[in-house]
Amino acid sequence: MFAVGLAAAAAWFLVYRSLAGLARWVTYGLAGLAPGTRLASALEFFVYEAPKVLMLLVVVVFGVGIVRSFFTPERTRLVLAGRRESAGNVLAALLGTVTPFCSCSAVPLFIGFVTAGVPLGVTFSFLVSAPMVNEVALVLLLGLLGWKVAALYFVTGLLIAIFAGWTIGRLRLERHVEPWVYQMRGAAATDDDARLTRDDRARAGTDAVRDIVGKVWPWVLAGIAVGAAIHGYVPEQFMAGIMGRGAWWSVPLAVAMGIPMYSNAAGIVPVVQALLGKGAALGTVLAFMMAVIALSLPEIIILRKVLRPPLIATFVGVVGTGILLVGYLFNAIL
Amino acid sequence: MVITVYGPGCARCYETERVVRNVLAELQHDADLQKVTDYQAMAAAGVMATPAVAVDGVIKLSGRIPKREEVRAWLA
Repeated sequence: MFAVGLAAAAAWFLVYRSLAGLARWVTYGLAGLAPGTRLASALEFFVYEAPKVLMLLVVVVFGVGIVRSFFTPERTRLVLAGRRESAGNVLAALLGTVTPFCSCSAVPLFIGFVTAGVPLGVTFSFLVSAPMVNEVALVLLLGLLGWKVAALYFVTGLLIAIFAGWTIGRLRLERHVEPWVYQMRGAAATDDDARLTRDDRARAGTDAVRDIVGKVWPWVLAGIAVGAAIHGYVPEQFMAGIMGRGAWWSVPLAVAMGIPMYSNAAGIVPVVQALLGKGAALGTVLAFMMAVIALSLPEIIILRKVLRPPLIATFVGVVGTGILLVGYLFNAIL
Repeated sequence: MVITVYGPGCARCYETERVVRNVLAELQHDADLQKVTDYQAMAAAGVMATPAVAVDGVIKLSGRIPKREEVRAWLA
């Protein structure tokens, strides 16, 4: 088992290191394109970035799958129940990054949290951070834009989750939760992951790869294809006027456009990278990306089952404001 | 024996139902398969991550699609 893992790691590393040469060979040797043409530039971009990102994704998703086998939603709830705000918001935002979460279980999770005594604002910190700060987004940012942007995204994503949850907690909006939620008594859930062996956790890693990479790879390829087209065919500085630093209205516009759009990180990051290369400002495109991932129309519609419109509006407003501030901040300092 | 699949209608929930149904058919097991899509009922059962599967009211698994061997083990 260990030897197989080591061999796989060595093979992965060798292939990963030779991707740039491979992309050049495919573009200029195999396809016979002349250097400097638009098509060559787009093709080389695609042939290099697509396998690179997919390979990074496999490794990170495997690791995160193992980490996540230690954090079940039940255990997270136990940690957060009865926490005070502030510290609770910070903890919830952090746990949101490692607890397995899918927006289709946002509602049962919400009910499970609040009925167990997790404060409303703390629950929201979790619900904001879980979809926004996830391993797929971070891998793509790391692979395509470098570790600094990935770290920036991680830290500001957490800050928005903490700030949004804390604000919602301060506003005392419990009365806008559908009343039946608080009348429920959460049944004791079983902790079926309590006794996992090392092999079980390794299997959790491979399951995560099959599940997540199996689901997002078409998005990654589509995103990189669009990115490659922008890379090759859109003139330099084309985006500077629309999404550049000088256009003050571009950040709110990016957020307003991002909210109804529904994509995942895998599809959006390659597009973001290509826009950056054409003169768009980092703050603006990060704000766009956050709005697309963190606030999506389908999730808002699902949450309507347990939240009344004033609370939904507050949630969207507070998170949107946080994203806006992040966008302006980065445009100002970078 | 009653097997309950909890899921609001996501792709993973349909897949879970399909796996359980296939194993039941394969073993020619006469367990009753129920599907719960209502959030209130889910919360009352203590389900926090979907899809989830309960056997005779005891939650066996949540947040992922079961493997066929797991389903077989519950039925034994």
